[in-house]
Amino acid sequence: MTISAAPLPRAAEPPPTGAAAKGSRWPAWIILFVCALYFLLPLAATFYWSLRAEKGTLGFEAYRRLFADTGFLPAFSESIVNAVVAIFLSLLIIVPTAYWVRLRMPKLRPVVEFITLLPFVIPAVVLVFGIIRLYGRPPLLLTTTYESSRVLLVCVYAALSFPYMFRSVDNGLRAMDVRSLTEAALSLGANWVTVLRDVIFPNLRVALLSGALLTFAIVIGEFTIALFMAQHTLGPYMANLTRSKVYEPSAMAIVAFAITWASMGMIAYISRERKHP
Amino acid sequence: MGGAQRPPQLHLGNWLGVLPFFLFSGLFLIGPTLILAYRSFEGLQGGLTIDNYRQLASPGVISAYGMSIRISLTTAIIGGLFGFLLAWAVSLGKLPGPFRSGTTTFSGVASNFAGVPLAAAFIFTLGRVGVVTRIVESFGFNPYESGFSLYSFTGLTLVYLFFQIPLMVLVMLPALDGLKQDWREAAEILGATPGQYWRYVALPVLMPSILGTMILLFGNSFGAHATAYALTGGMFNLATLLIGQQISGDVLHNPGLGYAVAMGMVIIMALSILIYSILQRRSERWLG
Amino acid sequence: MSGGFLSLEGVRKEFGGVFVVDAFNLEVAQGEFVSFLGPSGCGKTTTLRMVAGFEQPSAGTIRLEGKDVTFTKPNDRNIGMVFQSYALFPNMTVGRNVGFGLKVRGRPKAEIDARVKEMLDLVQMPHLETRYPYQLSGGQQQRVALARALAIRPQVLLLDEPLSALDAKIRVELRSEIRRIQRDLQITTVYVTHDQEEALSISDRIVVMSAGRMEQVGKPFEIYNFPATPFVAGFVGTLNQLRCQVVDPGGGRLAHDGQEFRISTPVEAANGSTVVAMLRPEELHFGQIEGENQMVGEVVSVTFLGALVRIQLRVGPARITLDALNERRLHLPGIGDQQGFSFPPHAVWVMPAA
Repeated sequence: MTISAAPLPRAAEPPPTGAAAKGSRWPAWIILFVCALYFLLPLAATFYWSLRAEKGTLGFEAYRRLFADTGFLPAFSESIVNAVVAIFLSLLIIVPTAYWVRLRMPKLRPVVEFITLLPFVIPAVVLVFGIIRLYGRPPLLLTTTYESSRVLLVCVYAALSFPYMFRSVDNGLRAMDVRSLTEAALSLGANWVTVLRDVIFPNLRVALLSGALLTFAIVIGEFTIALFMAQHTLGPYMANLTRSKVYEPSAMAIVAFAITWASMGMIAYISRERKHP
Repeated sequence: MGGAQRPPQLHLGNWLGVLPFFLFSGLFLIGPTLILAYRSFEGLQGGLTIDNYRQLASPGVISAYGMSIRISLTTAIIGGLFGFLLAWAVSLGKLPGPFRSGTTTFSGVASNFAGVPLAAAFIFTLGRVGVVTRIVESFGFNPYESGFSLYSFTGLTLVYLFFQIPLMVLVMLPALDGLKQDWREAAEILGATPGQYWRYVALPVLMPSILGTMILLFGNSFGAHATAYALTGGMFNLATLLIGQQISGDVLHNPGLGYAVAMGMVIIMALSILIYSILQRRSERWLG
Repeated sequence: MSGGFLSLEGVRKEFGGVFVVDAFNLEVAQGEFVSFLGPSGCGKTTTLRMVAGFEQPSAGTIRLEGKDVTFTKPNDRNIGMVFQSYALFPNMTVGRNVGFGLKVRGRPKAEIDARVKEMLDLVQMPHLETRYPYQLSGGQQQRVALARALAIRPQVLLLDEPLSALDAKIRVELRSEIRRIQRDLQITTVYVTHDQEEALSISDRIVVMSAGRMEQVGKPFEIYNFPATPFVAGFVGTLNQLRCQVVDPGGGRLAHDGQEFRISTPVEAANGSTVVAMLRPEELHFGQIEGENQMVGEVVSVTFLGALVRIQLRVGPARITLDALNERRLHLPGIGDQQGFSFPPHAVWVMPAA
């Protein structure tokens, strides 16, 4: 903003307004530009490629072919089902645990937190290695059929979501001061079902949704574990696509990016309207 | 926690609430790891030995680990540097507000975009017939003939940065927010130039966070499998790919060694997470 | 040189069309302790920050020892500043914090070490050079902050609500400390606070501010007993306000709720008009005293504060507060009692009704 100085006798010159007044910002712009270039170029190139399926014109032929491919929808829906089940499983286990640890057994907290950090310590490829060896032989032989392997897969996904789910729910519980709310509700005569249903869950909505969306984004495109457990989910399907087709993989990549973006965007959106849970 | 007396925590009923969690973690996180640990001490003849761990020093394993470490160090340092600069640019660098929220959302997306789609995107960009490769070729210079390849150390590093830099941004943004404006003003009024402020106050305060996150980046890269597999078809000399090959078939001709390789990776990851948490705690003391 | 050691001439600060500070004129003498007092948002901190150089005035000039520093960068002004949040550098020990200003000036290590020791002795925190800020209490941190600001031998010391974050007891302790040090060093000081007791107790002069404007500048006694505007009268100390009819302008007689009383000067208002009579609670006395104005009111509340007894009385539509010093022979009135009270004519001053 340009402010004119009053006509008072003054010895010094006012500094030039604009860049020098605020401190120059061009280094920040350069950094942003370079990074934007690095990140947007692959996405732009992929998008451009995905439009070139039809010779000579730019169109969405690649996307049409993708959605028409016999393998796509089954793989996609299988991934979605896996994700949803994993989310529910994770919620079912994490929410009571987080609540319990916060209210009844605070001393267990370090242990629980440590366990939820395990997915960061055990890389996916190592974990699937262990899963296959543990459940590939008697007495815990569970990998003989596709369905039983799938159950294993979903359980592993739920476990992999623990760090995000726990941190989300834990933060949510802390923000809503769950102890005071519970005590207030109980002292007013509510029973535990009412407490959970009318006090806890409504205030946790945002945290639960955030955790669920994060889990969804992770499960949907997961590749390593699905590959080694011979599952026909989106991850291995995409890998096959890369080997067999030319244009569909680019459409696939864009779709995957869009899905991830939608999930993250929704998390940002619901976190923003936090003022009125 | 003051107030009324609480029932003693060893009350059996209390353990019921957390039982499902421990059971589940035991079955699907701890159990599989333990079985690998146990089997890693199994010798070829049965019986317990630490021979497998000695064999970790064999050339095949060493070169795979070495490459993994090289890539992880490189992406940690470069990713750390650019991630820090980008986080600085959108926060203290005073770029307009929307750029910060855009960068945050995009970082969340990009750090999760790893795997097959990311590899595919880079193949379309910098692969042998990729868009950028073609553009560069049109200037008369063929990168692939000059030794560049997407399916190499350089290529993998380039691809990994796509999720390393955003991870750094996501962790550094809150840390940069923790730099109190008062500190800068206090330094200024005491006579310090912006450079002196950064050198004596801001960077030292941020250092635990920066270092800690770089170590996190190291671990993140070290354990990455999907992206490398999708990029190279699993045929590259990388520790995670080696383990993958071992799962499908005994390429090391010694199952116990396979388990030891896996456990070696777990140990390295555990160390990096440990150092990260220690440094995180230190940084929270100053910035929290 | 003409003007004061530190002078602000016609300083104005505008944000998006709103004057956050307007028409600020002040000459501060060398070694003087001036407080900026006012409620939140009155512009006192903004004015201080303009003196420090963190904000640029939209108009006006700031001079330090005659030199125009209006647009000089903060790092070149040789001013010391103490922040509300202490702003100690967390990664440095107390010693390195205090020596920071000298270090960036390139002073030799021996000189820095000696000066650090000297400063820590000054603020009565010796032997704490190796501690880190997080190991210190709030009061200790603020002392270190003061030592750090003074180490560079600034021409002016600025303090921005330095005691707001501290406990009441520490606040009282520390404010006398600050005043003692300031006197010893004879350093020109500007102190920003919203706590009027603080400002009254340690300042040479007070600038009372409201909504960006200076309401009054004067010594504490003047501000308290001869407030220039209703705002100053109400903001500083407790104030009794009585809406009265002018009965006899020349004779200085006023009437409230049928009870008449005298002030010591003629009233500058028409006969029969309404004015507001103001007086301080401590100038009211129990009972009917010879030679003073005598009125009666109904006791509404009695609060025993220890050294002070505070009685609230209803006189017609108005509430009056009477502060009496505690005496063992006092018989405190009961609620609902009719209680007589007196006050001398010179204790009252009159302002036009709003």
